[in-house]
Amino acid sequence: MREDLQHAVKLARIELSAEEEERLGSQLGDILKYVDKLNELDVEGVEPTAHAVPLTNVLREDEPRESLSHEAAMRNAPKTSNGLFIVPKIVE
Amino acid sequence: MTYEAVIGLETHVQLRTRTKMWCGCANEYGAEANTNVCPVCIGLPGVLPVPNAEALRKTALAGMLLNCDVPSYAKWDRKNYFYPDNPKNYQLTQLDFPSTIEGFVEFEFGEGIERVRINRAHLEEDVGKSTHFSDYSGVDFNRAGVPLLEIVTEPDLTDADMAYDYLNALKAILEYGGVSDCNMEKGQVRCDVNISVRPIGQTELGEKVEIKNMNSFSGVRRAASYEIERQIGVLREGGTLVQETRRWDDAVGITESMRTKEDAHDYRYFPDPDLMPHTPSEEWIAEVRASVMELPLARKQRLMADYQLPASDAEVFVGDAALGDYFEVAAKGAKNPKAVANWVMNNLQAKLTETGGSTADLKFESSAIGELVRLVEDSKINSRIAQDVFSEMFESGKAPAVIVEEKGLSQVSDSAELEAFCNEAIEANPGPAQDFRNGKETALNFLKGQVMKASCGKANPQMVGELLKKILGS
Repeated sequence: MREDLQHAVKLARIELSAEEEERLGSQLGDILKYVDKLNELDVEGVEPTAHAVPLTNVLREDEPRESLSHEAAMRNAPKTSNGLFIVPKIVE
Repeated sequence: MTYEAVIGLETHVQLRTRTKMWCGCANEYGAEANTNVCPVCIGLPGVLPVPNAEALRKTALAGMLLNCDVPSYAKWDRKNYFYPDNPKNYQLTQLDFPSTIEGFVEFEFGEGIERVRINRAHLEEDVGKSTHFSDYSGVDFNRAGVPLLEIVTEPDLTDADMAYDYLNALKAILEYGGVSDCNMEKGQVRCDVNISVRPIGQTELGEKVEIKNMNSFSGVRRAASYEIERQIGVLREGGTLVQETRRWDDAVGITESMRTKEDAHDYRYFPDPDLMPHTPSEEWIAEVRASVMELPLARKQRLMADYQLPASDAEVFVGDAALGDYFEVAAKGAKNPKAVANWVMNNLQAKLTETGGSTADLKFESSAIGELVRLVEDSKINSRIAQDVFSEMFESGKAPAVIVEEKGLSQVSDSAELEAFCNEAIEANPGPAQDFRNGKETALNFLKGQVMKASCGKANPQMVGELLKKILGS
């Protein structure tokens, strides 16, 4: 359980204090236990369901539509330069 | 011990559409940064993506050209990961129900035809483009959400050259189908290469190395060739290989390990709740299938078989489909299709290049080139005059026979008339005539030229040669 939590924390790119880890870990455990109830069902032969809504083929034609203005697109960016969204240096 | 390489390729190709995959922003290269963007493609909250019908059509068409099946159910999945060029923090892709599956590509390799199986060709979205500066990186989202076709092969390729030839064949097919422009300079084709080696005879695959994000086919060939040698070298020295991702350094010509975290590939795929499945009807599939065209390799083989063209000519007509179509019409019923091909490839193409026109603009009938060839073959005109007739055809659109008639260009094959021309030429040029008598063969060409000139190019050159020899020899 503790490992699962740490893994999820890492994937979500968040940091937890020891106290939060304790509290959220126990809450997460409760949630998983609750969801685990589903395993009591026999779903042998049942296709996994991707969508509960009975809709298919919701498409649009390939027609251009006006984009946002550049200024509007950049408005919420913490930092911009030369028309680009500036982010911490990406190191591979 | 001898080893063999096993190579599989994942090729990403941008589809040629007017708009992006989920929104109406232009799918356009080279625009000012962050101008073809909207709330959908920069991942603002609360937006609803709607799939581009044309992208689905092009995907199905690509699948058909790659001999894939088009299943009646396809769905969208979220591939979750954080990266600055991925604005939604997930990429939309097709995990377990892709739009097309299980096909193959046939291509020329060495002396024969090679077949590589295609596992799937599925649709996903491109990400933004990063530019790296010394202290930070910058992201342009114009490319984010551009429809991207991923073509995944089975591990059927066995060497670097074969991978290279496959990629070129794939590119030709996709260009032919109008599926993608496959412009390498614009980054429209990118490739991940999976390579392993194993002792010959072993069925089990070796540890797989992935080389990511290659953007040139020659780079793939160099990287694959290097990596195969490297892996064999490690095994020969008793070392072991690990499954890893490596980066190709083109300047140095080596691959190097990219240290990646263990959980970096935990993508937590799940069905995208915003996008409904695509269930193409039989009619929809039939409609797409109606636009399937002859593939480049099939066309080449057919042109060679039907018109007895050499491979190089057939390749010209495969590379320039419009010119090839024109050739086929022009060669209809021609006795000597190769001669028609020469006119189309040389004279016609040169004229078209000169005028900037296309075969659609031509004034003369498509059968005219065949007629022109026949006039030469039947010795009605010589090939020199044929050039003039062709130019006139191009200008006025008149039929070759009409031009020959109107301009009095018929070849002079009357021996009495020709003999007179020959005697005149010999009398006027006693020096070269004597040279020939003294055994200088080339002097004959000079005299022949004089006769051709005197006859305004209409003399039958073969007869002139024979006559001159006869007169000078007696």
